[in-house]
Amino acid sequence: MNSRDNLIYMANQIARNFATLDDAAAANAIAAHIVKYWDPRMRVKIIDSLEQNESKLLPVSRNAVAVLRDTHQSDAP
Amino acid sequence: MGYEPQKDFGTPASRSEKTITLTIDGEKINVPEGTSVMRAAAEMDTHIPKLCATDNIKSFGSCRLCLVEIDDVRGTPASCTTPVANGMAVHTQTPKLQKLRKGVMELYISDHPLDCLTCSANNDCELQDEAAAVGLRDVRYGYEGENHLGLETDSSNPYFDFDPSKCIACSRCVRACDEVQGTYALTIEGRGFGSMVSAGTPIDDFMSSECVSCGACVQACPTATLQEKSVKEIGLPDKSVITTCAYCGVGCTFRAEMRGEQLVRMVPWKDGKANRGHSCVKGRFAWGYANHKERILNPMIRESIDQPWREVSWEEAFSHAASEIQRIQEKYGTRSVGGITSSRCTNEETFLVQKLIRAGFHNNNVDTCARVCHSPTGYGLKTTFGTSAGTQDFDSVEQSDVMLVIGANPTDAHPVFASRMKKRLREGAKLIVIDPRRIDLVRMPHVEAAHHLPLQPGTNVAVLTSLAHVIVTEGLVDEAFIRERCDWDEYQDWARFVSDESHSPEHLEAITKVPAEELRRAARLYATGGKSAIYYGLGVTEHSQGSSTVMAIANLAMATGNIGRPGVGVNPLRGQNNVQGACDMGSFPHELSGYRHVSDRATRKLFEDDWGVTLDPEPGLRIPNMLDAAVDGEFKALYVQGEDILQSDPNTKHVAAGLEAMECVIVHDLFLNETANYAHIFLPGSTFLEKDGTFTNAERRIQLVRKVMEPMNGLQDWEVTQELARAMGLDWNYAHPSQIMDEVARLTPTFAGVSFDRLGELGSIQWPANDATPDGTPVMHETGFVRGKGKFVVTDYVPTDEKTGPRFPLLLTTGRILSQYNVGAQTRRTENSRWHEEDILEMHPSDAENRGLKTGDWTNLASRSGETTLRLLVTDRVAPGVVYTTFHHPATQANVVTTEFSDWATNCPEYKVTAVQISPSNGPSDWQEDYEAHSERARRIEIPESAE
Ligand code: SF4
Ligand code: SF4
Ligand code: SF4
Ligand code: FES
Repeated sequence: MNSRDNLIYMANQIARNFATLDDAAAANAIAAHIVKYWDPRMRVKIIDSLEQNESKLLPVSRNAVAVLRDTHQSDAP
Repeated sequence: MGYEPQKDFGTPASRSEKTITLTIDGEKINVPEGTSVMRAAAEMDTHIPKLCATDNIKSFGSCRLCLVEIDDVRGTPASCTTPVANGMAVHTQTPKLQKLRKGVMELYISDHPLDCLTCSANNDCELQDEAAAVGLRDVRYGYEGENHLGLETDSSNPYFDFDPSKCIACSRCVRACDEVQGTYALTIEGRGFGSMVSAGTPIDDFMSSECVSCGACVQACPTATLQEKSVKEIGLPDKSVITTCAYCGVGCTFRAEMRGEQLVRMVPWKDGKANRGHSCVKGRFAWGYANHKERILNPMIRESIDQPWREVSWEEAFSHAASEIQRIQEKYGTRSVGGITSSRCTNEETFLVQKLIRAGFHNNNVDTCARVCHSPTGYGLKTTFGTSAGTQDFDSVEQSDVMLVIGANPTDAHPVFASRMKKRLREGAKLIVIDPRRIDLVRMPHVEAAHHLPLQPGTNVAVLTSLAHVIVTEGLVDEAFIRERCDWDEYQDWARFVSDESHSPEHLEAITKVPAEELRRAARLYATGGKSAIYYGLGVTEHSQGSSTVMAIANLAMATGNIGRPGVGVNPLRGQNNVQGACDMGSFPHELSGYRHVSDRATRKLFEDDWGVTLDPEPGLRIPNMLDAAVDGEFKALYVQGEDILQSDPNTKHVAAGLEAMECVIVHDLFLNETANYAHIFLPGSTFLEKDGTFTNAERRIQLVRKVMEPMNGLQDWEVTQELARAMGLDWNYAHPSQIMDEVARLTPTFAGVSFDRLGELGSIQWPANDATPDGTPVMHETGFVRGKGKFVVTDYVPTDEKTGPRFPLLLTTGRILSQYNVGAQTRRTENSRWHEEDILEMHPSDAENRGLKTGDWTNLASRSGETTLRLLVTDRVAPGVVYTTFHHPATQANVVTTEFSDWATNCPEYKVTAVQISPSNGPSDWQEDYEAHSERARRIEIPESAE
């Protein structure tokens, strides 16, 4: 698995563990998790995957990455 | 300090709070009720001669040497078996007693080789001391009668000898093995004069017996019958220093007994609060690696990993390392470098490494080997309770009524604590084991689990949720506790979730393979059996849902009110000696010491003001992320202290590719480990015997590590990191590790009350220690959770993506064995290898038969990541469909087959579940052969010209 696919896999895996939450709450929880634990370069890459319309991102992961991009992302790295 | 053995009070201390007053030889003394007369006398430094009593086992009353006279009591009772009573008047020295004692002693001595002057225990023998104490000068019976003097010594154990000719049949060894260790390896065979200690096997030697070489019998033996070989070789010690074992998270404390600069033996310290005078084969005996010939003592560098190593001066090594890091940062950016701290090193060393990275490398790319073991504990317990640590002290187990052990194998991995568990189980506490494998605790002498739930690997969350289902739907929750201590709304959400029929044990049985009725009974026992404690290990954390499992465990404890008092709690059994400490010290890329997120401005400011630098507010890379980034060409330099990521981390080929892609790998270790095969700079490390510092064990107990000899490499590990920092321009001037701990205390509220002086005074401190709890905190969350209200977290079962199929139909799970430690870098370099010469694959008879395999066969173990070969053991300890192995030997490289799947929250690797196939094999795999050749090449050291 290359590193971009790996990040998508990781985002989806987090999403699956928040599956009992409703969509909005899940998106926020996943985004918060990523902000807390992912290094800025990893975040840039996952946002980039969203922008490239990466098909492997689950719908709930997409929402989460959108939240990440819109509310959390500073201009790192 | 001169040498004196630790004082022996003869019988164990009483825990009673009631006081009894008596007089001994006319002197008044107050002692707790239940104390023996012998111990009461010892408390006032009055020695009553004794042979069969010692203070870590119950008195037995067989030698009759300890007789006393008591006013108004007939005869001469044995002081070791007579409890004190109010108003009692005891006489320890009377002419009558002297005569009786002398007579007893005479009988013992007449059957004893009188080679005192040449005996290795001369001056360290209780028989000799007591003979002198009773004034025995001559033996009336002569030495010609029937005796045991011709018996042969059993030298089969690599660390101690058994010389039966010196045995006085006091049975202290037998009782120590039973009561302290709980192994029941020894018996006294025969009666009267014919009584002999026996290891009970046909060849009747220690090595072929059930003996696990814990050393309890050796410590208990009053004569030279059972004695460390090292005493024979080196001689008796002349001084001792108290220090802490550097192997596992139990944190046993020892008296390192020295003769000059040479370590003679490690004797468990009876005042150690973690071990209470007990030990296991690793801490007690396996320290020979410290002067193993393969230890590297000089710094070395090389331009590329295909070159041989070249020895250089420390100065050259430091300046080269510093300039490489600076060069790489200039070329690839500030975040292109990082480091890894070690759970094997001291708190102070770990703190310095993370400080070097944050303050010197100017990023947060620091991680620790806890990433691959207990990072889910950090996440799970912080989320639910508010702090990343176990809730109890080890003493708590003495009050437990029920123990639930999940994903842990204490008799192998935490042996001294396991002995304490077994003791409590023999007293009647009940045991539930949740483990795919029938670990020893399930059934052993005098211990049997009430329930063993042999779940399918990877289904922990499903099993825990169905336990919760039973507890909630059968009305077994502690509602008062939940209402008072937890968030009630969150509880209700959780209770609704677990009550759903889809979480019933019957429904989940198809997935978990745990019989529903057995699971229901286990749930009822945990919820209603009295004080219930959960102990867990890496079988919980090393899964794709490791963090969820930890939270599911916390949910169970909160739902049943099993938190916040002795006897209950949630207890991660930490693997390495200082995993807890390494995490506490801020080794994770998102946290500063004391588990405070790097994005927290106020915390950062505290450190910035103290360190005089600006800190990066963004979390750094975790170990797997570092390796991914390296393969992507974005991460170029790594400083690894005391960890062998190539052998210990999953998917060896991926780790190797990551390391190979870096331009500067600095390994700081005792040996040229497997990671060093990919390193450019090698900084030699020092052993725990050569350094000062502290370790923090699994019960949050901070204990001093004391230097007993000079570092063979010239520098303690903290000094190496300090010099590297100075080469990078940081103005560090620590003169002693205590100053580092002072800095930790200054910057970390939970450590505010910790200092080397306080540790010296109290022996140990369990954090949090601050103004509110100056002596530390044995049990956490007593009146409220650290986070305020306890948080119930819904933990939905998400099956791992690592699935069996036609190509890989079996599930591999991995574990530990008693005599070896982790990647084995130390234990493999000791005689411990006699118990475990190679890693073995365990397989159920039905799976073996299908493949035409039998015990001893070479087998090929293959997963989608890679393949290796191992020898087979056919056993029904593992369930059909499951195979098991350890990863102590680099030749096996079990991690060649483990995958990159990991915990969703922390990236802790999923070591415990890999889909594999096993087939017959006739030798090492291609990878093993290539790797062996590569290793040999990578370890070459250039001989300096002058030495040729
Ligand atoms: S070393 Fe330990 S296990 Fe072995 S016989 Fe002695 S007490 Fe028992
Ligand atoms: S071996 Fe030592 S402890 Fe055991 S019975 Fe003999 S003298 Fe006592
Ligand atoms: S139980 Fe652990 S800490 Fe204690 S002696 Fe054994 S390895 Fe060392
Ligand atoms: S020490 Fe009391 S009877 Fe042996």
